Amino acid sequence: MTWFKRSKENIASETQKKDVPDGLWTKCEQCGEIIHKMELEKNFFTCVKCNAHFRIGSKEYIAILLDTDSFKENDGRMRSGDPLKFVDTKRYRDRIPEAIKKTKLHDAVRWGTGTVNKLPLVVAAMDFSFIGGSMGSVVGEKIGRAIDRAWKSKTPLLVISASGGARMMEGALSLMQMAKTSAKLARLSEAGVGFISLLTDPTTGGVTASYAMLGDVIIAEPGALIGFAGPRVIKQTIGKDLPPGFQRAEFLLDHGFVDMVVHRKDLRQTIAQLLTYIGG
Amino acid sequence: MAKTVLEFEKPILELEQKMEEMRRYADNPDIALEIAKIEKRVGQLQLTIYAGLTRWQKVQLARHPDRPYTLDYIGMITKDFVELHGDRYYRDDKAIVGGLATIEDRKVMLIGHQKGRDTKSNVYRNFGMPNPEGYRKALRLMKLAEKFKLPVVTLLDTPGAYPGLEAEERGQAEAIARNLMEMSRLRVPIVVAIIGEGASGGALGIGVGDRILMMENSWYSVISPESCSSILWRSWDYKEQAAEALQLTAPDLKKQGIIDEIMPEPLGGAHRNPEQAARVLKDTIVQELKQLAKIKPEKLLERRIEKFSAMGVWVG
Repeated sequence: MTWFKRSKENIASETQKKDVPDGLWTKCEQCGEIIHKMELEKNFFTCVKCNAHFRIGSKEYIAILLDTDSFKENDGRMRSGDPLKFVDTKRYRDRIPEAIKKTKLHDAVRWGTGTVNKLPLVVAAMDFSFIGGSMGSVVGEKIGRAIDRAWKSKTPLLVISASGGARMMEGALSLMQMAKTSAKLARLSEAGVGFISLLTDPTTGGVTASYAMLGDVIIAEPGALIGFAGPRVIKQTIGKDLPPGFQRAEFLLDHGFVDMVVHRKDLRQTIAQLLTYIGG
Repeated sequence: MAKTVLEFEKPILELEQKMEEMRRYADNPDIALEIAKIEKRVGQLQLTIYAGLTRWQKVQLARHPDRPYTLDYIGMITKDFVELHGDRYYRDDKAIVGGLATIEDRKVMLIGHQKGRDTKSNVYRNFGMPNPEGYRKALRLMKLAEKFKLPVVTLLDTPGAYPGLEAEERGQAEAIARNLMEMSRLRVPIVVAIIGEGASGGALGIGVGDRILMMENSWYSVISPESCSSILWRSWDYKEQAAEALQLTAPDLKKQGIIDEIMPEPLGGAHRNPEQAARVLKDTIVQELKQLAKIKPEKLLERRIEKFSAMGVWVG
């Protein structure tokens, strides 16, 4: 990295600099350890000291889990149609291009086909960075198409979830995406095609209450927040502090709602192993 | 006259009270004439007020404390109701009721959210907010219906699935998700009717079906206007705007292609004339059941999946 290149980036865009604060060093939010970017990447974006799992996007998951260059993306340019002409403090039709510009994504999920250890797979991976990973029509439709592809081609399905829930700006249409994805999963299940659901931090609301919880095998990343209602709402409802570890991946494992909690560095191996059993 | 009066109904109430007072002197022909005039005005006022309700006002009607609930409708539209209890895993959730019922000679499995009418019954019913065991009870009854080839009728009326600590421990999300998947492949007809509040996953958890009906003054959305206001406006004060933005009324949902039919309510809401509301509900359900009975299970399931697959709006 040269001195000149850096200064050029700084001139390029003021906002971009704000949104991507990655210098060469990152501080672990959990233990405060200062980690070099290279080292963090080498360590699958987990803390070298305390194992905290940093939030990463679909691009990183695809790179970590799939065989190099095996991923072929579909419907990469599908975007929201703003069916309700929704306005809160901002217009939804302005929010969408802002999010697209900020994240270089078109919505909160990416789907395509690829291989893990040469075994074929249909993959959908969510991006929390795109409006909180919220599920509107586009997420529902793309997950739906991934399921349909898995169903038609009898190829196992992997969905990597990261979401705050259904997207408010599309109203009841967002809610119906829960029914849409679950209905298609019913058909996939009847056809005997395997579905692995990977839950990452955070997976809450309508995504949890539909496809995320319907995997034949459900894997969670360590420490991931997983639940139906958010912790703030629950705390408000019951008027008490929540116990430590509540709604974390390990808590769900304890209560029987996920099959395993797997460190990010072992995910690829675990998925490959599972595919030898439920890969059809 | 309803016991509870909403803010926008007050002009009507005032006139009605005036009329009542005048009736005491009704033997005076002048006053009798005056009463007739006021009566006409009340009628006109009702028409204008109820025809021009905002979305937030409709939400208030959907939540009206005198509005008929599931058990009220069961009493009015079915006979020989046999309530069945429990999910067989944990406990009986009082926020969801269900059982075998006969609607005009048609035997069905009827399941619905149940609210309470006063503090005591509301605590008993948990304000109509189910825990996971409620959804699991509903699923058990639906499986029973499938086994005995009975169509399923569900009535939706909930402010949401309960956001509690134990609900999370027992898998609220899993319970709802499971129902969505199982209802998608249940081999008997399912008719869904939204009779009051249809709040998010808590409503949808018993809301997947072949025909979706909605009462005129009910609402159905991904979130309540209040919660939407608190998240997007970071204040509880924008519920009216949130209700408008969410487009959560029956005509809105018809336009969005989410519901099939709107069931008209008596002027001023179902609570003004529960029998009339029940009659419309019953007739509509029977109509739908008749149609659905003709369709073979394979076709029914195919259409059900296609129905929900078609929902959504996107570009590219």
